[in-house]
Amino acid sequence: MDIVTGLFYLASAVAYMLYLFFQKERFQESGYLFFGGGFLCHTLTLIMASIRTGYLPVHNLHETLGLAAWAVALVFLFLRQRYRIKIMGVYAAPLALLAYVAAMQVPDLPPTQPEAVYTNFWFFAHVITIFLGEAALAMACGAGILYLLQENAIKEKKRGFFYRRLPSLEQLDGMGYTSIVVGFSALTLGLVTGLLYSKLIWHRFISWDPKEVWSGISWLIYAVLIHERLVGGMRGRKAAWLAITGFAVLLFTLFGVNFFMDGHHGEFTQF
Amino acid sequence: MSAWNERYGVMREIVLTGLNHKTAPVEIRERLAMNRQECMEAIDALRAHPHVDEVLLFSTCNRVEVLMAAKDGDAAVTAAKAYISDLKGLPVEQFESSLYVHHREEAVRHMFSVASSLDSMVVGEPQILGQVKDAYYLTASKKASGPLLNRLMHRTFHMAKRVRSETGIGDSAVSISYAAIELARKIFGDLDGRKILLVGAGEMAELAVEHLIHHHAGDILVANRTLERGVKLAERFHGSAISLEEIPEALKEVDIIISSTGSTAYVITNDMVKQVIKSRKGRSIFFIDIAVPRDIDPAINRLSNAYVYDIDDLKEVIDGNIVSRNAEAVKATRIVEEGVVGFSHWMEGLSTVPTIKAMRSKVETIAVDEVEKTLSGLSGLSDAERAAIRRMGQAIVTKVVHDPIRFIKEGCHNRDESHVLSYARSIFNLDE
Repeated sequence: MDIVTGLFYLASAVAYMLYLFFQKERFQESGYLFFGGGFLCHTLTLIMASIRTGYLPVHNLHETLGLAAWAVALVFLFLRQRYRIKIMGVYAAPLALLAYVAAMQVPDLPPTQPEAVYTNFWFFAHVITIFLGEAALAMACGAGILYLLQENAIKEKKRGFFYRRLPSLEQLDGMGYTSIVVGFSALTLGLVTGLLYSKLIWHRFISWDPKEVWSGISWLIYAVLIHERLVGGMRGRKAAWLAITGFAVLLFTLFGVNFFMDGHHGEFTQF
Repeated sequence: MSAWNERYGVMREIVLTGLNHKTAPVEIRERLAMNRQECMEAIDALRAHPHVDEVLLFSTCNRVEVLMAAKDGDAAVTAAKAYISDLKGLPVEQFESSLYVHHREEAVRHMFSVASSLDSMVVGEPQILGQVKDAYYLTASKKASGPLLNRLMHRTFHMAKRVRSETGIGDSAVSISYAAIELARKIFGDLDGRKILLVGAGEMAELAVEHLIHHHAGDILVANRTLERGVKLAERFHGSAISLEEIPEALKEVDIIISSTGSTAYVITNDMVKQVIKSRKGRSIFFIDIAVPRDIDPAINRLSNAYVYDIDDLKEVIDGNIVSRNAEAVKATRIVEEGVVGFSHWMEGLSTVPTIKAMRSKVETIAVDEVEKTLSGLSGLSDAERAAIRRMGQAIVTKVVHDPIRFIKEGCHNRDESHVLSYARSIFNLDE
């Protein structure tokens, strides 16, 4: 089943790349179909694993990366339905594939925490919301990159490879903003559930662990972005840069902190 | 002609005559152009002509063409020329030198090229296919098309669709106003409800505004040095007129500015835009400067979410598009050639001998397959018994095809062999 999911994601990424270069509708359609197929297989695998063990498979790097790929897939399919920006698959499919392949590369180690940790409802809510939020913010980063490419083409009057292939600035900006609102909401929920869970386990909301601090920083970046947009009308280029920066910090929070700093999340990304 | 006749016997051919923007000056084209009513009458008249079996008429500002199916193509062309000359009161000699006549494959190729917009003044322009479709519906509603033209037109639409989807021929804008629209769509996506400000007046600027209206743009403001002129223009676009002094205020609201004044200094300065950019809350603003000397300070392009294109920038867009269009036209021509080969193949099949052969072989294949399938499932039969069953299969084939063959042969003695053949081919599904 794992290999089928991987092959679906691979086929989708290849089809989207062909679409990027040749602009043939059938490549895009098959890319979308393969992606959907991959997502279905992936979902089934996750459900089966959860039923078998009784908890969400997130207890090592192998499984967390897998869940990240799944979250990217889910968010992409949602955005694709809503915004119909076909070209976004060029970013999302390889991203899901990358996360999935990386997951397959790291060994599936046995869980290190007592089982009660994984079966707790707050733990489940925390992990799911955080991952969906991060996937949505990954999409926002992608939309930001595409926005910058397109805006540069129009501003510099150099209509090259991307100008023809990318949708309008308005659409990219709109999709980026939707992703950020969705991602930020999920991230907020994720942090709140995390705090509650911490209170439950360690009897304190916050322990100034590096993971917590960096999560706070990423959250603040997105809070600033949304605030500036609502109040000051910050759109376009600056918003795109901030979305990219925010995601870089978020990635560091997700992996960098676990690898380079000590803290109470390390065990979930051990490899 | 004679080689074709030797191969396929005397049967209907497809023939086309007409003139277009390449062969005839506008003075001739406008004298021969027909409106819908005239087209309908012409279809009736030509259809009634003894030399014309099927007819389709096609008249736009760039071309007048008559497509026909006839036993004697040249006689049909003469009839069409005479009719048009009569209708328009223009002696044949005066436009004959502009006319082209295409027979068979040539006519098919021409139809495919026209509908694919390869023969248009602006290659790749999208209207032509709709015009060809209208012409066909007119003919079909008058029942003036038969098996040949019906098939040809369906292939034509298919070909045009293929060209459009498989090449980038229709992707890019090749006029100033289209280029401006293309850019606006890359910035705003949907132009629905976008507010427009027209500064000054001029053919190109007004054309651009009309294109924007066509794309459902919203309110239109017209600023002019003389308010009277502005009011007149505003009325034409169902917009409102403002004075030049009101421009800074208008910049807070509008999305697209088209400027074309005779002013020697910048009409819209960098400072003007800088002051309003904050109150625009990051909404994009697109300046199209068609004036020479320029009306809009190019420095504005460096402000965030503001884009300025002057006439040279727009020309560059067009030049780039023309180059890529020509490359795409080569691809399109290849697709058309494939279509012509396919159609000729169908035409070849549309004669008595190949049709009878194909029908016989189809029934025979079915019979042999079924007999062998049955035989392989039976055991204990002697060789003589097996041979008898096979003979029975052959006998059934001969009897089944006997009447259809007679139908085809007799039908083809009459005038309507292409009808008979296309029925036969449809019933036996010989064209897949």
